[in-house]
Amino acid sequence: MDMTFAEKILAKYAKLKGVTPGQIVTVKPDHLLTHDNTAAIIQKIKPDLEQYGIYSKSLPIIALDHVIPAASEKTAANHKTIRDFVKKYQIENFFDIGNGVCHQLVIEKGLALPGKLILGSDSHTCSYGAIGAFSSGIDRTEAASILLTGETWLKVPKSIKINLNGKLKLGVLAKDVILHIIGDISSSGADYCSVEHHGDLDQFSIDDRFVITNMGVEMGAKNSVFFVDNITKKYLASIGVSSSSYESIYPDENALYIKKLNYNLLEIVPVVSCPHTVDNVKPVSDVAGLEIQQCLIGTCTNGRFSDLKVAAGILKGKKINKNVRLLILPASKDVLENALKAGIIEILVRAGGTLLPPGCGPCLGAHQGVLAPGERCLSTSNRNFKGRMGCNEAEIYLASPATVAASCLYGKITDPREVMK
Amino acid sequence: MKVWKYGDNIDTDMLFPGKYVYTISKSEEIKPHLLEDLDPLFSKNVKEGDIIFAGKNFGCGSSREQPVVGLKAVGIKAVVAESFARIFYRSAINQGFILIECPDAVDAYSEGSEVKIDFENGKISIGNKIFSFPKLPKEILEIRNAGGLLEYTHSKLKNKHKK
Repeated sequence: MDMTFAEKILAKYAKLKGVTPGQIVTVKPDHLLTHDNTAAIIQKIKPDLEQYGIYSKSLPIIALDHVIPAASEKTAANHKTIRDFVKKYQIENFFDIGNGVCHQLVIEKGLALPGKLILGSDSHTCSYGAIGAFSSGIDRTEAASILLTGETWLKVPKSIKINLNGKLKLGVLAKDVILHIIGDISSSGADYCSVEHHGDLDQFSIDDRFVITNMGVEMGAKNSVFFVDNITKKYLASIGVSSSSYESIYPDENALYIKKLNYNLLEIVPVVSCPHTVDNVKPVSDVAGLEIQQCLIGTCTNGRFSDLKVAAGILKGKKINKNVRLLILPASKDVLENALKAGIIEILVRAGGTLLPPGCGPCLGAHQGVLAPGERCLSTSNRNFKGRMGCNEAEIYLASPATVAASCLYGKITDPREVMK
Repeated sequence: MKVWKYGDNIDTDMLFPGKYVYTISKSEEIKPHLLEDLDPLFSKNVKEGDIIFAGKNFGCGSSREQPVVGLKAVGIKAVVAESFARIFYRSAINQGFILIECPDAVDAYSEGSEVKIDFENGKISIGNKIFSFPKLPKEILEIRNAGGLLEYTHSKLKNKHKK
């Protein structure tokens, strides 16, 4: 029986010959990702932790990224609890503040590899399909249980095949592609499903694929994946991963999909996701001219070197509009270092940008750029829910780094093609 | 018993704002902020035994368990929706909280309809109409019957170490 990517990998981890959608399997993930929420997670299982210990010290990946540096005594105390836990249990993969957003670190440090299974108590854990892993988000309680036992159950998902054909035009980025898809199939269009990407994928770098898989959860997907190709192999080699350390898994030719979606990339234009749902997607031209007070370029969705480079290309030698604040949020320390070396940070700061430490920044609304009532923010992040950036009377629009950079020049939502000609 | 009715895509920020996520995790502290940005009257007036009806994709967004912990703590008997987002759905299982996926029941409900839920047999009645909803698979019922995932895990570990 031909199988999809999700069926193959879950069969492998369940040690079964084959599995079918809807089947419940028990799996042992290669890694369990947690972040600032680790403090709450270990609090839940204190007596069991003391009695039985953790399943293995190589299982957890812990990154402090959500509210860093600590914004209050309470967050500082949480960070301390986590550092003490890491020491006590000799956790092998711990990233303290300033290293970056957890998802970026998991990929950059080679912790997610093709054919691996990773679960994490963060919804954007689905990002690692960018390099051919199966990864999915779970909650804190489940993370606590896996920390103790090393295993959990998963329901084998149905699969959706997305064909991306043709070539993107200048000024249209991976972010526009995924927002276009979500706008098309809705925020629940891939609920419970595994999403596979097929088609003309040579034009999508690992950074681009990361943008697309990262936002899989915004259409309800369980996981979202690009299959290993030369681009994946080159990337992994560049971070020192040898090809013998991973297994590339591909779907069978006659695997069954519940939906096949075809997109002609040539027809996709720069888009913006409007308040307050990610699927409220419109062409930039429909909302062009709308005044904005804050711009954010960064996060786990668009805080990589290539994103900052696109923005610098637009902002080089220019100044942002005086009515707008531009926040620059590199996804990791490595990204920041590379952008510093390439002169990109200098360009962005000279243009008027404020540099934030690598992490989640204002995306989750706890600090570093909370909005005021009546304000409008144009952001490269992944969610525009009401109240997301800390204020329920503010509006968040989502777009590509090119659209955000072009817009901060004018203080108004602007089509990036106007400045990229 | 009151029914609280909401629409599609009720996200985790509406259920419990992100600004509190890293400072509040205890149920007593969660309660006053539940549905704060969606319906400020909810936390003031919700009573033990109330039910929530909603549209598609309830609980979409973050991995955030304060909404489930809070809804359970204020005594919400069940959330009946057309569909749920998956992390929220798993979270409910882990907390032993009941979600009912039944689009027909949501469709049939109008203000004032009498609602009765028979969990054992997977039936929900709206006025005089009765609808079935799928029962949870055996493996998952075991978690719920144990009182939640941590209780289930605790007894599993205990048994394993006895051997």
